[in-house]
Order: sequence, then C-alpha cells, then structure tokens
Amino acid sequence: MNALISTALSGVVLMFVGLFVRNKQHIKFYAIAAIIISFIANLALYPTVQLGSYIQFGMIEVSKFSVLFNAVALGATLIYFLLSGKEFEKVGEHVGDYFALIFFILAGITLASSFSNLLMLFLAIEIMSIPQYVLAGADRKSLKSNEASLKYFLMGAFSTGILLMGITLIYGAAGTFNIAELGLGADPVHPLALCGIILMAFALAFKVSAVPFHFWTPDVYDGSPTVFTSFMATVVKAGGFVAFLRMFHVAFAGGAVSHHWTLILSIITAATLILGNFSAVFQQSVKRMLAYSSIAQAGFMLFAVIAVNQFATQGIILYAAAYSLATIGVFAVLMKLKDYTFEGFNGLARKQPLLALATTIFLFSLAGIPVTAGFFAKYFVLSAAIQHGHLLWLVIVGVLCAAISVYYYFRVIMAMYFKQGDPEVEPISGGFRAALVLTIILVLVLGLCPSLLIGWL
Amino acid sequence: MLTVLLILIPFIAGLIAFGLKGSGPKVLGMIASLASVATAIGTVCTLHADPKKLSFVTNWIPQLGSQFRVGLDGMGTMLCLLTAIAFLLVFITIYNRDIERPNSFYGLMLLSQAGLVGVFTAFDALQFYVFWELALIPVYFLCSMWGGEKRIPVTFKFFVYTFLGSLLMLVGIIYLYFQTPDHSFSWTSFTSLQLSMGDQKWLFWLFFVAFAIKMPVFPFHTWQPDTYEQSPTPVTMILSGVMVKMGLFGVLRWLVPVLPEGAAMWTDVAIVLSIIGIIYASCIAMVQSDLKRLIAYSSIAHIGLMSAAIFAHNEQGTQGVLLQMFNHGINIIGLWIIVEVIQNRLGVKNMDQMGGIARKAPRMAIFLVIISLANIGLPLTNGFIGEFLMFSGLFQYNHWFMAFAGLGIILAAVYTLNMIQKVIFGEGNTLTDTTTDLQPGETVALSLVVIMIFVLGVYPQPMLDLVSKVF
Repeated sequence: MNALISTALSGVVLMFVGLFVRNKQHIKFYAIAAIIISFIANLALYPTVQLGSYIQFGMIEVSKFSVLFNAVALGATLIYFLLSGKEFEKVGEHVGDYFALIFFILAGITLASSFSNLLMLFLAIEIMSIPQYVLAGADRKSLKSNEASLKYFLMGAFSTGILLMGITLIYGAAGTFNIAELGLGADPVHPLALCGIILMAFALAFKVSAVPFHFWTPDVYDGSPTVFTSFMATVVKAGGFVAFLRMFHVAFAGGAVSHHWTLILSIITAATLILGNFSAVFQQSVKRMLAYSSIAQAGFMLFAVIAVNQFATQGIILYAAAYSLATIGVFAVLMKLKDYTFEGFNGLARKQPLLALATTIFLFSLAGIPVTAGFFAKYFVLSAAIQHGHLLWLVIVGVLCAAISVYYYFRVIMAMYFKQGDPEVEPISGGFRAALVLTIILVLVLGLCPSLLIGWL
Repeated sequence: MLTVLLILIPFIAGLIAFGLKGSGPKVLGMIASLASVATAIGTVCTLHADPKKLSFVTNWIPQLGSQFRVGLDGMGTMLCLLTAIAFLLVFITIYNRDIERPNSFYGLMLLSQAGLVGVFTAFDALQFYVFWELALIPVYFLCSMWGGEKRIPVTFKFFVYTFLGSLLMLVGIIYLYFQTPDHSFSWTSFTSLQLSMGDQKWLFWLFFVAFAIKMPVFPFHTWQPDTYEQSPTPVTMILSGVMVKMGLFGVLRWLVPVLPEGAAMWTDVAIVLSIIGIIYASCIAMVQSDLKRLIAYSSIAHIGLMSAAIFAHNEQGTQGVLLQMFNHGINIIGLWIIVEVIQNRLGVKNMDQMGGIARKAPRMAIFLVIISLANIGLPLTNGFIGEFLMFSGLFQYNHWFMAFAGLGIILAAVYTLNMIQKVIFGEGNTLTDTTTDLQPGETVALSLVVIMIFVLGVYPQPMLDLVSKVF
C-alpha cells in the first residue's frame, strides 16, 4: 500500500518537476530520491506483515510476498536509474515525463503484487501497460519507435479485452470478484469458469510474452528506445509474472480445475522455452538477442506459475531479482556501445576491462551458472517443477534449452574476450562504474547466499 | 580445517594473481602450489592419524537444507594430492616460458585448482554441483584465450557438452533432494536413500551422462581430442591429468553409492561403452600423426579401462581404479610436459616432422621412453599394478569383457612404441637439428615424475593403504 501511494505520488511530482526544472541532470536526481523514498516506505510495512498478511478495503492484500516483491522491483528500478538514468536525456526533450511514466508503471506493479480482487488485477495490468505504449514511442522521430508503439498498443489493447472477457466469465461462474473466494475447485468445473481461466491465461501470457502470444515482443523491444526496452524487458515483465502467479496460485490452484490449466500452461511453457531459445540463436543484433532471451527466460518463470508451492513463490522473487539485475546490466553496457551487433563487442575486454567483466558476470547469471544469482533463480524454479511431480518432462526440456541459451550468451563473451577489434565506446563516468560494481556485487552475493533475499519470505 | 585450506590457498592466490605484474604471478603461483602440496601431504598424515579432523561443516543456505560440508576420505585425499602435485609440475615446467598476460593466466589456473579441490572434497550435493561448474569456467577461459587456431569453437563445444551434462545431473540432484526425508543435500542422506528400482533406472542416466561426458566415455568423447589439441599444453595437462578424474570421482563418490541398484542394472551397458571406447580410441591413436591428438586418444583408452573397472563392482577393480587415477594423472602429465618441451623447441606437433631428437636431446629422450612405458603399464612402473588390479577385477566380473579390454594393452604398446620411434629415433631433419636438451626447470619436473613412477611401481603399498580408507 505504501509503495502504491509513494510511487503514484512520485509520478505526479515528477511530471511537475519536468515543467519547472530546466536542468535534465537534476530531474534524474529527483527520480532517484523518489525511488529511494518509495523503497523505504515499502520496507516500512514489513514489520506489520511479519505475523501474517491482511487485506485493505477488500481490494489489496498486504503480505510478506507483496512487500518483498515490491522491494525487488523498486530496488531493480533504482539500479536501472543509476546505470541508465543518463540515457533518458538522449531519447527526447521530456525527461521528466519519462520518469513519471516509469513511476506509474511501478504503481501498476505494486498493485499486481498485492491485488486481492479481479478489478484490481485489471487495473494493475492496465496501469502497467498504458505508460509502456507511450514509452515505446518516445523517440518520435524514429519510424521504428513509432511502429513499435502502435503495434504494442493495438496488440495490447486486444489482449486487455480478452482479459476483461475472462474476468467477466469468471464473475459469472463465481459471483464474486474476490480472488480468495472464487471457489472454482469444485468438481465438475463450471464451464464458464473454465473458459474464463483459459482466456485469462492467454491474456496474461500475452503480457509476459509467452509463445504463441509473443509476436509483438521482438519488434517492440527492438524498436523502442533501448533505455526503455531495458525496463520493459525486466521489471515490467517481472510485474506481469507476479500478477500471473498470484492469480493462478491464489484463485485457480487446487481441486479439479488445476488439472485443466496445468496442461495448457505446460505446453505454453515448453513452446516458449524452445522457440525463445532457438530464435535467439539466430540473431545478429545483441538487442534483438536480448529480446528473444527475455522470451526464453519467461519460459523459466512460467515454471513458477505452474508449480504451486513454496519453491515457486520463492523462485519468482529470486528470478525477478536475478533476471532484472542481469538484463538491466547488459543493456546498460550495450547502450555505451555504438554498434549493437555481436561484432560491436569485439575486443571490449582490452579496451574496457570492467565493462567486459560486468557483462560476463551478467551473462553468466542469465545462463544460470553457479555463484551468480541466476543459478539459484533457475534452481528454485526447477525445484518447484520437480516437486510438483508431474512436470519432469518439462524440466528436461528446460535444462536442454538452458544449454542452448549458453550458445547465444557466450557469443557476446567470446566477442569481448577472444576476438580482436576496436569497439567505439562512449566515455564512462565514475558514477557508472560505481553502479556497475554495485550490480556485480549484488549478482554475486545473491549467487552465494540466496537466503539473504528469500529469507525474508 | 586443513581441507578448507586446500580450497582457500589456490582461491585467494588466484584472486591476488590477477592484480600482479611482471614475474609476480608466476612466483605467486609457485608459492601457492608448493603450499598446496605441503597442505595435501598434511592431509595425508592427518587422515592416518585422526580422519575426523578433516571434516568441516557450516551452514550455507538454511532454507534449502544445504550446508558447506567438506571432508576427505582416502580417495579424496589422493585426488587432492594429485591436484596439488599436478599444478606444481605444470608451474615448474612453464616457469621460464613467456606467457601473454601472465596475471590472468596464473589467476585462472589457480582458480581452476580451487574448483577441482572443491569437487573432490564436497560432501554436499549442491556444493558438489557448484564446484563442478566452477572448475569448468576458468578452464574455458584458459583454453579460449591461450589455445591454438581453432580454439574458440572447439572450447565452446567442450563447454556446452559439459554444461549440458551437469544440468542433467542438477535435475537428478534436485529429484533426490526431494526424496530425502530430512530435505538435505548431504552425502550421508543421499546414500541412505531407499529408492525404488524404477527411479534408480532413469536417475542413473542423469548422473552417468554428466560423468561420462567429463571422463569421457564413448560416445560422449567427441569434444575431447579437439580440446586437448587446441588447448595450451599447460591446460591440457590439467584437463587430462586431473579434470577427467572428476568424472571417475563422480561415479565412485555419488553414482554408485547413491544409486547402487541403478548402477548394477546398467553395468553391462556402461562396461560395453567403456570397452568400445578403449578399442576405438586405441585404433584411432595408431593412425594419428599429430602428437597431441595421439596422447588425447590414448587418454580416452585409459579412462575407458578405468570406467569399465569401476562398473565391475568388486574390491580389486575399485582398488585398481583408485590407484590408477593417481598414476595415470602423473604419467600423462609427464607425457604432456615432454610434448610441451618439443612444441617449445620445434613449434610443431606433427610427428612426421620430428625424428632424431635422441641424438640432440638425450635426456629428454630417456624421460620420454620411461614415461611412455609407464603409461602402457610395464611392470616395475606405476602403471602396472593399477592395470593389473583393474584387469583382475574385470576378469572376476566377466572374462569376455576382460579379454576385449585387454586388447587395449596390445594396441597401446603399438601406438606408444610407434610414437617413440617417430619422435626420438630415426633421421633428424633441419628442424630437429636445432633442438636443445632440457632446461633445469623441465628436468626437475620430469625427474619428479620419474621418481614417482618408480617408487609407486616398486612399492605401491602406501598408496593402496591411502586409497582404501573409506569415509
């Protein structure tokens, strides 16, 4: 609740800051201050939920999970501001507005992690999506950016309609919007409810770019200004997943109904893993590769949605943190380069050893190699699926795909370390270096001691 | 505490080495490897006096029930000793070589040593997995940065192969974790599991593939000759001398004790694969003209025999394997040292371009002959007793298997003698006339190898006593 209020207010404040503050540099500092305040305000709730969760106004459930997830999302955004805040100025004139939109998205995410009512779910998804359509088209002079925005908007609006349809059908079956009281588990499952669940699954799968609802992802991520792609592909995607997970774990788990959607989601997961990984292999641009890698990683996060257990909830938080930190880091380095192809990284290790080391560690994390956060993230979601008991085939598909993912992540490492070249790199400031080192430390600490994060749950 | 020290010495030295300049890294590497050898000898003494002192447990991830749990039994101690000696030999040999970016080279070498020791001392499955991967990463960078022309694709293939194998193993580990009553990763909980036959049947493959890729056993071996050929020779020494032992170690420590019925069920398949590997690799070795590839294939053959003997499931076979793990490590490192010297002097590795080295470099020729003969297991050398025990173990299990595996010995003699003849005897040419004999550092390293060959060949009892101490 605190996080929701503080992020929404910060958004409004930043919009006005953009009007009155001429110096763009200063706007960034206001944004950083606002995110730190939101972070602290969110953590201030933690003592109140230690004994158990509670529901406010019949709409929002404040729980350890929601507080922790908000902390991860806000923390990742803080890192994102520190690493890439400077890039906002390059996109266009309205820097204050961009920051404000990011805060509105965050408000949507905090809602997504704590909704206890289907209406709130719908609001959360919409608040997350609409600012994204604007951000995707922020570079008004670029045709690709315009295309991305329009494409995203049309497809997104369509999927929102499907989500609403799903909610309506479920309301028709259950007679309530309260997700804890839907009671759909009874056998035989109400046909309206079943249709509703399937429609909701499809709409949410669209939001998290799961196959076969992923077609917008590569174009939108590629066309949007890179600095916003970095945010959309990480924190926002994690927000989409947390809504997905809450919906299915709280409302649709247990009873006969879960058999129906487990199979559908398993197939979606397998398709996401296979298609995401295989397509990423064939990309020539690192930015596009990261777009497909985000689809592939979504496949792993879907494990947590399907497997309803303790490992899954811990896993989604760890995965959100690990994946967001690593991807934000790689994007931050990518934006410092002139050439976004794999060849653009040739010889980076000689020229900028710190950038190369940081990228390597982030890519290790994405590939799930031990002692980085990504390993335990994968570990937890795989454990969740294995504990589920009937998903071993999916786990095997998952690890085979993880091996494939090494191929495209390591292409960047090979280019940086083993190939000759003279990449054009923008000047690197001391602050950027410090933020990069901080991110590396976070990735390694989570990789050594994941209990520092999940111990809070 | 000594056990933790074994991991920490190379780890910390490795991190420091990255920051050093000039001759700093190689001096540090030498000091660290000497300290490791001393510590390893310390663990051998402690194992005889008070084995409990070698265990160390502390909490790691309490939510998962995973602990940082290290310990040493006879097998672990022997492998740690081998690791320490191997790195010392490598560092002595390359002490006078000019290596590009020595700080990264020595740093990565020492880190890989830390990873290897971590694998050999782990008694917690998750920790075992983590070290298993960690040992691989520095080696990946070493091979890709200092290797031959085709190093990048070749090393990458090696990495993906092993990574895939280890992911399958991870699935197996997680599955077993959920079967343990106390949800723990400790070795004791894993080994006391009572798994159904149906489970063991498929779990076996998750683990076996990971270990078979590492060893490598036919048909998972295709990464190995290319990688050995393209890697810089100091790294090849570590790969073939120590890293392949990770696979054998994995089978002995984790696969057979945890899944005994699964291992018993698939014994014949595993042995047949191993024996195919022996014969296949030996045949290819016979027609190789590339010195590095020849030794690579001979290594597949030797490892194949060891893996076959493990699956014979009897006392003698296992004893032989344990002994041979150490001896094979020493011998193959000795051979690689000589290859390294030849490459350093001549700049080629094709045997057709060599010849007549005996006249120009008699000391090197003598060492090559002794080590090659030890490698094919001539009596009175260290290779003999291990092979003898393995063959007798295999014979007890099934004499047909032993007969086919025995072909490997004959073939080994063929390609090894052929190699000796081509490399050191015969007419010299303009290239080989420029050869100079061994330098002091190389002589020291090779002398150490030869001393171990004869001591362990004539009196293997101390080593047998060491490896027979079980946890």
